[in-house]
Amino acid sequence: MSYDALDASRTQRTLTTTARLLLALHLDGPLFIGLCLLVGVGTIVLYSASGGNIAMLKAKALHFSLALVVMVALAQVPPRMIRIAAPWAYMTGLALLIAVMLTGDIAMGAQRWLDLGIVRFQPSELMKIAVPLACAWYLHERALPPSLPTTLALGIAIVIPTALIAEQPDLGTALLVAAAGGMVVLLAGLRLRYILCAIGLLIPLAYVAWKFLLHDYQRQRVLTFLDPQNDPLGAGYHIIQSQIAIGSGGVFGKGYLRGSQAQLEFLPERSTDFIFAVIGEEWGLLGLLTLLLLFMFVIGRALYLAASAQDTFARLASGSFALTFCVYVFVNSGMVIGLLPVVGVPLPLVSYGGTAMVTLMAGFGILMSLCAKRKLVSR
Amino acid sequence: MPRPVRIKDHHQELQLFERRALAAAVIMAIGFLAIVARLVWLQVVKYDYYVQESQGNRIKIEPIPPNRGLILDRHGQPLATNAPSYQLELTREQVPDLDETLLRLADLELIDARDIPTLRKEIRGRRAFDAVPVKLQLTDEELARFAARRHEFPGVEIVPRLTRYYPLGTSSVHAIGYVGAISEDDKKVLDLNEYAGTTLTGKTGVERAYERELHGKAGFQQLLVNAQGRRVEVAGRATADLVRKEPIAGNDLFLTIDHRVQKVAEDALQGHRGTIVAIDPENGDVIAYVSSPAFDPNLFARGLTRAQYIALTEDPNRPMYDRAVRGVYPPGSTVKPLFAMAALEYGVVTPTQTHFCRGTWSAPGYGRARRDWDLRGHGYVDMRKAIATSCDVYFFEIARLMGIDRMAAFLSQFGLGQPTGIDIPGERIGILPSTEWKKRAYRTNKALAVWFPGDTISVGIGQGQMQVTPMQLAHSVATIAARGKRYQPRLVRAIRDVQTGEVRELPPKELPSVKTSDPGIWDVAIAGMVDVANAPHGTARPYVMGTPYKMAGKSGTAQVFTVAITERMRKAAELAEHLRDHALFVAFAPVESPKIAVAVIVENAPRGGSAYASPIARRVLDAYLLTPEEFAAQEAKRKSAPAAKPAQNEPRGE
Repeated sequence: MSYDALDASRTQRTLTTTARLLLALHLDGPLFIGLCLLVGVGTIVLYSASGGNIAMLKAKALHFSLALVVMVALAQVPPRMIRIAAPWAYMTGLALLIAVMLTGDIAMGAQRWLDLGIVRFQPSELMKIAVPLACAWYLHERALPPSLPTTLALGIAIVIPTALIAEQPDLGTALLVAAAGGMVVLLAGLRLRYILCAIGLLIPLAYVAWKFLLHDYQRQRVLTFLDPQNDPLGAGYHIIQSQIAIGSGGVFGKGYLRGSQAQLEFLPERSTDFIFAVIGEEWGLLGLLTLLLLFMFVIGRALYLAASAQDTFARLASGSFALTFCVYVFVNSGMVIGLLPVVGVPLPLVSYGGTAMVTLMAGFGILMSLCAKRKLVSR
Repeated sequence: MPRPVRIKDHHQELQLFERRALAAAVIMAIGFLAIVARLVWLQVVKYDYYVQESQGNRIKIEPIPPNRGLILDRHGQPLATNAPSYQLELTREQVPDLDETLLRLADLELIDARDIPTLRKEIRGRRAFDAVPVKLQLTDEELARFAARRHEFPGVEIVPRLTRYYPLGTSSVHAIGYVGAISEDDKKVLDLNEYAGTTLTGKTGVERAYERELHGKAGFQQLLVNAQGRRVEVAGRATADLVRKEPIAGNDLFLTIDHRVQKVAEDALQGHRGTIVAIDPENGDVIAYVSSPAFDPNLFARGLTRAQYIALTEDPNRPMYDRAVRGVYPPGSTVKPLFAMAALEYGVVTPTQTHFCRGTWSAPGYGRARRDWDLRGHGYVDMRKAIATSCDVYFFEIARLMGIDRMAAFLSQFGLGQPTGIDIPGERIGILPSTEWKKRAYRTNKALAVWFPGDTISVGIGQGQMQVTPMQLAHSVATIAARGKRYQPRLVRAIRDVQTGEVRELPPKELPSVKTSDPGIWDVAIAGMVDVANAPHGTARPYVMGTPYKMAGKSGTAQVFTVAITERMRKAAELAEHLRDHALFVAFAPVESPKIAVAVIVENAPRGGSAYASPIARRVLDAYLLTPEEFAAQEAKRKSAPAAKPAQNEPRGE
């Protein structure tokens, strides 16, 4: 046996070992790698966007470690248990939301946090996962496509937490929670005529929301989105500056650490919601296309896993996670490039922010648990 | 009716899910395509636009004002220089509340509360990102007062700047002029790009006339700024290629002024209102240019307070008023040599022809009888003696013989009644009366527009409506000295290019000469003027005799207030100071080859032109023509010797 052959067999063995480990942990290799790459990109860009802030890098690493632990842990939970836990998670989340409304901490002018002593916890984050799980649980035993009463029941189950979160006020999260629940209903095969009806209802509803429900700053965001030049130093500043950053990046970008918009602090919230613009400025169109392809790969892989899942609950819940992740990407990048109004939605896994990362990775952990190939083992 | 129970069909549900997932994937793909399309729009199509925007975002252009050129006297003595000082500058776009900031600056007594409206207008008139000076030349105490509270004034900064400094203070101020804060009117004529960083501009005198030479070319530098507009050195590695264009300093000016002579002239007029102009007859160079009282031009460069400005403008002695080119005076007898030459030129008399002066003069049709300044009369006088004794009767007679229009035509050749063309602004032209002039001057009142024969007689002794500026007077004397050759008076002799160090001499500008049919007539006039200073009967001899060079001169007294002469004599002492006559004296020397011509006017002098103005003229001539040692000796002698005794019963006004 030559050394080459020995070497090759060792490589083979190592690979097999990794694959075996992933399999044993019920983790999906391609999806796992995709997620790690996104966090890696986020870390590299964060170094530039934060102006070389090492403390933020360490924090991000810590967030990722914590999120990994949560993901791997959840991936080990048997799917059946997740299904059983789903309604309880939903009820708990709802109770906490009400608790926040009554007693919550006020941070950044919004009531979102619940102080649990050791950690501060955002119940709305829990709902991002609990709502789609509960919806999937509700539909699991029922015949699909869902009947009208079923659909209405689900609608109410989605609207209540959404309204509570929107009231905090946190329009971005409310939107994502509603989207996560809505995705389940759509994937369950909601009839087209219901969708058209809903759209028909939405228009007067939107009018009412505009008139009575939206906060001034939320209305301002929409107005500013429609015409950012109207208020270039106020609310329009974010949009104008982020478009300047992206546009001036051109095809190849200004180079890593050389984005003047970001480095000279013209770009606001460049480590969090507007990190997409930093990438656009420093890495150009090519950088953004690469990033978008990476996102599409992750979403596609997640959708593929969902489609190959064994039961309705798994399919609906996983599919919802995949599509909600996609909504994240659209809403964030759409906002940064001026296609959508400014809503506080971070770029998933790339933006700086611990809570969002843990929630996302928890979602993927559940997805991996539900979709893992364990024909003989579990069930 | 019970609803049909729907059986769960796992296969159909899977197909349904797959169709929905596929639809979602398609929608997702469309969404991604929309994002990519938008990115292509921003990063490819509109790339140039956004690059521009981002450049503008981070690069601020700051003007660098050039150093103003120096002003030196003819020997290189600095008259106007630049001195470092600190000023307070305000940038509107960085100030949270302009009105409130200005009020608080006034509370700190850094600006005058009454100046706030003007300042606000000034600041609003400039671009939001321009730094506008609100207080020039801070004193150390003011500097400390502001520095202690600096953090309370965002957008207001202490900036070191070179400001104009006039080391000799009030000396030569009317010739040099002064610089002051750029006004609305200045902005209409100045190139605002060139003056973006400049706070001061020439207001009067040479500072204004030669503004283009003195100012230089502004430079600029690009600064890297962050989103708050603060200057940063480097940010990450996002350094830009910053362009810096150095300013080009303004050129230095060499004046024709001789500071030594200027100083003597200024000292001589100390405590009087008056003016002295000395000109080099060979090229028109202005050797001394005095208007008294003067003021300190540093006040303007420093930024006047309202109180200082009011004090200056409301001073009854009018220190800001440039008497040398803007003051107009009846020349009195100082123009008699010119009329004498006119009479010879027109052949109405010969030099030796005598006329008997019995102290009064009258002629049919010429109105009331005229008195000579010396009622005792001068007896038989020829032209030379008429000039030397300043015999009014003789000049009444030749005026009658010539007629006003011939007198005016001849005198206009000497530049009277027209600008001399001196190279600073604001010159007045005085009045050279003629029938034509009177018609124009009184065109709204035909009754007054008629020339009366009596008018001619008054003009014959430099009175009546005749008015000259001291500059014109000095120029006419220089013209006599140069026997008709005329040079435009000038204050700037040469310009030194600061870049190359090269000194460019400006050629003297020759004006059309005085045309005389016989050069001999100059000799007669000059002989008369020499006698004024040297002959026993010369009016000024007691006061100026003993010059080491040969001096020619002519005294004059200009009436401010007309009273009958006998009464005037009686009341002279009682007349209010500002109603007293002006004492005039013109002179040039050395007679053989004249180097300097001077005109002296002392307003409301206690005594006449010979007695009061001629010694001053002589000191100026001494200062210029003698060596410094000789001059010092002369001065010492003058101080020890008692003032020349006036001739007995000397009447005022010769």
